[in-house]
Amino acid sequence: MAGTELSRIRNFCIIAHIDHGKSTLADRIIEMTGLLTSREMQSQVLDNMELERERGITIKSQAVRIVYRAKNGEEYIFNLIDTPGHVDFNYEVSRSLAACDGAILVVDAAQGVEAQTLANVYLALDHDLDVMPVINKVDLPSADPERVIEEIEDVIGIEASDAPLISAKTGQNVEEVLEQIIKKIPAPTGDADAPLQALIFDSVYDSYKGVIVFCRMVEGTVKKGTSIRMMATGATAEVVEVGYFGAGQFVACEELSAGMVGYLTASLKNVKDTRVGDTITDAVRPCKEPLPGYKKVNPMVYCGMYPADGAKYPDLRDALEKLQLNDASLQFEPETSVALGFGFRCGFLGLLHLEIIQERLEREYNLDLVTTAPSVIYKIHKTNGEVIDLTNPSNLPDPSEIDYMEEPMVKAEIMVTSEFIGAIMDLCQERRGIYQGMEYIEETRAVLRYHLPLNEIIYDFFDALKSRSRGYASFDYEILGYQQSELVKLDILINKEEVDALSFIVFAGNAYERGRKMCEKLKDEIPRHLFEIPIQAAVGSKIIARETVKAMRKDVLAKCYGGDISRKRKLLEKQKEGKKRMRQVGSVEIPQQAFMSVLKLDDK
Amino acid sequence: MCMKKLELYIHIPFCIKKCNYCDFLSAPAGEQEQTEYVKSLQKRIRSYGALMKAYHVVSIFVGGGTPSLLKAEQTELIFEALYDSFQVDEDAEVTTEMNPGTVTKEKLLMYKKLGINRLSIGLQSANDEELRRLGRIHTREEFLSTYRMARKTGFGNINIDLMSAIPGQTLESYEQSLSFAAELEPEHISAYSLIIEEGTPFYERYGGGSHAEELPSEDTERKMYARTKEILETYGYHRYEISNYAKNGFECLHNLGYWNRTEYIGIGRGAASFVNHRRWTEGSEPVVLTRQEEIEEFMFLGLRKMEGVSRVGFCKTFSEPMEVFYRDVIAKLKMQKLLAESEDRLYLTDRGIDVSNYVMSEFLF
Repeated sequence: MAGTELSRIRNFCIIAHIDHGKSTLADRIIEMTGLLTSREMQSQVLDNMELERERGITIKSQAVRIVYRAKNGEEYIFNLIDTPGHVDFNYEVSRSLAACDGAILVVDAAQGVEAQTLANVYLALDHDLDVMPVINKVDLPSADPERVIEEIEDVIGIEASDAPLISAKTGQNVEEVLEQIIKKIPAPTGDADAPLQALIFDSVYDSYKGVIVFCRMVEGTVKKGTSIRMMATGATAEVVEVGYFGAGQFVACEELSAGMVGYLTASLKNVKDTRVGDTITDAVRPCKEPLPGYKKVNPMVYCGMYPADGAKYPDLRDALEKLQLNDASLQFEPETSVALGFGFRCGFLGLLHLEIIQERLEREYNLDLVTTAPSVIYKIHKTNGEVIDLTNPSNLPDPSEIDYMEEPMVKAEIMVTSEFIGAIMDLCQERRGIYQGMEYIEETRAVLRYHLPLNEIIYDFFDALKSRSRGYASFDYEILGYQQSELVKLDILINKEEVDALSFIVFAGNAYERGRKMCEKLKDEIPRHLFEIPIQAAVGSKIIARETVKAMRKDVLAKCYGGDISRKRKLLEKQKEGKKRMRQVGSVEIPQQAFMSVLKLDDK
Repeated sequence: MCMKKLELYIHIPFCIKKCNYCDFLSAPAGEQEQTEYVKSLQKRIRSYGALMKAYHVVSIFVGGGTPSLLKAEQTELIFEALYDSFQVDEDAEVTTEMNPGTVTKEKLLMYKKLGINRLSIGLQSANDEELRRLGRIHTREEFLSTYRMARKTGFGNINIDLMSAIPGQTLESYEQSLSFAAELEPEHISAYSLIIEEGTPFYERYGGGSHAEELPSEDTERKMYARTKEILETYGYHRYEISNYAKNGFECLHNLGYWNRTEYIGIGRGAASFVNHRRWTEGSEPVVLTRQEEIEEFMFLGLRKMEGVSRVGFCKTFSEPMEVFYRDVIAKLKMQKLLAESEDRLYLTDRGIDVSNYVMSEFLF
């Protein structure tokens, strides 16, 4: 690495709307530069986690170093940084972008510019990146590159007339992309002799190496033995190893100097010490000031997570601790529920983040979980002037102590074809959206802008959006701030007993409707008992909805065929097994499924 | 004389046409298949002979399907093999199932000759429309002539099968079926409630909760169950098992054997056996029961009987009192009024019978 001229380095990322072919293009580039043969390629090299491949999304930032021999005969080093593709990870995306000098914008030749495309491009432009458009999927029958080029120029306002028309799937014209990278993406700048200044854009925990920090060298040089300091967290350590990113592996090297992208390991045990966005400097010869843009990310969405089997509580704690080693944005603290026993209140960046953690706990740690309805953080202004951040509805103070409450709002952009504008406006209206405006980006498509309460979009907004637009709407949002709101706590009583795990905060105007739906759903989920069970929704002491689970009348096995006792036993065991998976609340047994089912209160 | 009791079950998996509710192992079959099946039954029966010297047979039950479909000579071959291979008590209870319209006088005479002393006839309903819905092959009249023929041939122990909760059945029509059967004065009446089983035409129609309006409501069904006992009592029958009623001294020994955990061998396609702490069905490996499973079985099988389970019997079998295992369960179920107790015995209450699956599942560890 030493001696590579900065003019031969290109640091870039690929940005795209979901499904427009970002990962496929990355794969193709890696394959074509000979880093891996196509036989070694597992589809989508950069998405390491099983979950990432399955869902077709990138969760963690990844980077890879590629050597490309250009047509002019020179060898170039490309550092491709793959960024997470979801709004939950917006901050991580912004730090990854900050590690780059340019971005390839992939746009689907049939679908054109989508909401995420816009959001990502704006993010890239905010970081002064040169954006180089590429039109993908030109091999599709429905491809219309002319129209899409026009759209990119009109809507985004960047030159696209010479954008390579490619098919990442077949490899068609990908060569042209590589050539354009050299021409259009600027080489990095920086002084290898200046005081060390490097940006952390991700970090992972490895059980052998400890924390591995992904960084972009801005100024200076770092090598084994350098004493480093993280400027925001203050953590110090001695560098053990530096290197760059091979395909799916870490390759150690002598040193990293200004302009390069690579990794370093030091005697660091916790990713909490190496926050994304922090600046690494030399502890002995520090730089004057940290790089701009660092902030501590805070969870936006909270929910309770409980082991289905109470005895697995220590296992859940261990699993969460392990996940946290790699994911500083995951937060958790112990909590107790009357209905669910011992568990954790966990904080996430968003609903996708929540789902990912939940799935990883279930798959990688083999845990059966019961999660409670996700909640946002409400600000409770008490009459005594105190302000509480409420993450668990059960902790809501007595209404008499509350002056007023605030809830988080988001700024949402929804891109939709004109025929569905009405349906989507209705949806936003139902979700208490405040209309901010609409712009047509072409004759048949428009961007709708709304301010929406976060708690209205963390349940099933995305599903509803897709179903009401037959899958055509795309959606992106960012946090706007807090706004005063009429909020109440809705309690669910089963057989007259309040079930704490089912309580949630809701907009007063929606309480009746939500309560009714909850009761209906629970009625279907709770099996019949020997006695009648009333299910009630209440706000304070006022019952606003009620359903009844009728008493079980009959449960008999009629005939026992030819002495086949094992068949009878199986039936009884099934019955017994079903009961084991229930939670006892008073004298009622509630299936764990019931706690989850209320998260999806679909309209249909 | 320390020979152990044994029951024999012979399965005949053939019928003229499968009924709409039937999930038993049975299907129409050609003559060739039946002949071969009987042959393999003989072989199988004889293969047990030497192994079962320590047992004496107290009951034989030929079930199906429709065993009466077999020709008289085929039944004869089966019984020859049975008597050759097993030591059958003089006074053993020997039952065969039959459907109306499938027997002749000659066949019945052969049955008598073979030592069959009990007949179980499937009536299910005395209402022709209900019979049609069930997909039965006979009418009420055809049943009557078969029943009379059986009596005339000298069968003094006959069971009639009845069914409640049939699609379209009302409480009145069910009561009429009950009275119709009881007035014929059979020694035994089995009254089962229809269960919609997977894999049957009824499941296709009613499985997912569709067409529910055709089925009697749960309340009606429970009334039917209560009325069964009331009506049959006036005719001199008593309920001795959840679904079985008999005149004094005519309780079905074979049926009770299952609940008392008497050992039995089942022969024929899919038949179940229970010998020497092992259970198996034909064609699969025996599974040795654990002590825990035996304790569970003692309880959940015993509770099928109206007299329930005996504390002394439990203690004799397992050398520990019931309380050691079930003190809390029994206390809870008694509090819920699902179990009752008198002297040595623990038994289901009427409400306990309604939800017997729940009660029984409580006795699983």
